[in-house]
Amino acid sequence: MFSFCADPETLDSLRWLACYLTTAKHANLYTATLVVLALLAITAPAAMIFGFGGAMAARSRLLPLRVFGHGYISIVRGVPDIAFFLFFVIALDQGFEWIRHKVKCPDWDEPIRQGNDFIVCAEAKLPLGTSAQWIHETYGFFLAVLTFAIVFGAFCANVLYGAMRAVPRAQLETAEAYGMSRRQTFWRILVPQMWVYALPGLGNLWMVLTKATPLLFLLGVEDIVYWARELGGTANPRFTDYPHGDWRMWYFLALLVFYLGLTRISEIALDRLMIRLSHGQATTGGEALRKAAT
Amino acid sequence: MSCWQTVQDYALRSLGIGERLLPREGYTLCEHFTLIGSGLIWNIYFGVLALFFGFFLATTVALGKASKNRLIRKPSEWFIFIFRGSPLFIQFFFFYALFLSLKSRFEIFDPFTSAAIGALIVLFLNTAAYSGEIFYGALRSIPKGDVEAADAYGFTGWTRFRRIIWPTMLRLAWPAYTNEAIFLFHATALVFFSAFPAWQQRGDALYYASFFADKTFNPFIPYPIFAFYFILLSLSVIGVFALINRRLNRHMPKEYRARFKPRMNLIR
Repeated sequence: MFSFCADPETLDSLRWLACYLTTAKHANLYTATLVVLALLAITAPAAMIFGFGGAMAARSRLLPLRVFGHGYISIVRGVPDIAFFLFFVIALDQGFEWIRHKVKCPDWDEPIRQGNDFIVCAEAKLPLGTSAQWIHETYGFFLAVLTFAIVFGAFCANVLYGAMRAVPRAQLETAEAYGMSRRQTFWRILVPQMWVYALPGLGNLWMVLTKATPLLFLLGVEDIVYWARELGGTANPRFTDYPHGDWRMWYFLALLVFYLGLTRISEIALDRLMIRLSHGQATTGGEALRKAAT
Repeated sequence: MSCWQTVQDYALRSLGIGERLLPREGYTLCEHFTLIGSGLIWNIYFGVLALFFGFFLATTVALGKASKNRLIRKPSEWFIFIFRGSPLFIQFFFFYALFLSLKSRFEIFDPFTSAAIGALIVLFLNTAAYSGEIFYGALRSIPKGDVEAADAYGFTGWTRFRRIIWPTMLRLAWPAYTNEAIFLFHATALVFFSAFPAWQQRGDALYYASFFADKTFNPFIPYPIFAFYFILLSLSVIGVFALINRRLNRHMPKEYRARFKPRMNLIR
């Protein structure tokens, strides 16, 4: 990258490090960091949508919807963590392929499960066998996001469901007394007020979500853990200009610091958000703000 | 091969006792149940020992964080922040690499690269940080009157801590600590999926579950079995902790007793 990097063997240690950290392979590590942030940026809203849907279903007046909402929340929350991540990726993949198989190859007569194999027709393969490498990678990332969204959606649904129930009953009764319909009460009174009750839980979830991102590695995405392992391993002088011993420890230390930084920034941001949301609310936080202002 | 034969062959497979070769074909339901159950021994080993040792460190760290002395408070705060603020997954990777490089320099660190010791240390430190935070919270919510009463009776120093503060702290922290224990058992499933290698294919429950899922390409049998075992494990943890909770609360009138509310966490 730098002009003095032409012959790494002659450099002093500081400049050697500067050259080493800007090799093309390290660019992969930095992109992977962006992938983690992208995952967070996409998953958080997606999980919120799943969660909002789940919470709405759980308080629906229709019994089947209510059963579905509560079932979704309690099944996903009750089963241990990473099993779900390992399970959903295969299950979703097979589910998509199965649906495409049914639609695209209706006259296929062999069974899909042949012993230990899962076989669908060539047109139903996801992604298609002929497609480019980046499509495969994007598909893997998409499956990961969907898995995260489903799992975190259930936790979100639980938090939002609790928050909706925490909004003072009198507020809703007042809305009804003013002649608002159920829908109007929900969107105009309940939803704007529930966030302050939901925020501590959602903030907690956000922290958990940031800490769950390294699991991308288990889902087969080439994420920061993958690259840290790849780059940190012993580099042989025969294959690289920058030979070094086993440096995985330092790479993982860097990841540790990255995540600690992420946590700290989130903590500060959430504190600020909480103050903002507490304005004018009938909670102890809002009361404290009101007293401080007068 | 009968199911009983399979149980004899594989029930202690995760400890290296019994049949060495894993099944190669067929993959009956009985094999699923036996091997995944066999792997559960590791989860219990990690969970129980990490909880036991972590409990003492957690108490120390909680007291440290509540201390007025800066030199004690700051290290405790940092310890808690580092282990709670970073993913357990990365901690496993980091410590494994750390133990590896220490091993190449000092011979004593040789056993630390195995999952049995190395991963246990990571889990121990991790749960100590999480429980430390819980205990610290409980320490701060001990009713003022209790401590004042202890002072009035002339309790000081160690006796005051041992007789008044510590039991009250445990009593208040217990429902949250139960969650932490369940959560820790769940976290043990990460061990063989991060850095620590499974020696001679002796892994934990999830290791065998994913072994079956890989071989049969059918996630719908091994993972639900795994989930079934973990739900049983969680229920027994809740049971044991409820007994301790009852003992801690035995002097309290019924309506003041802290109740355990299961709050499943996801990942740390």
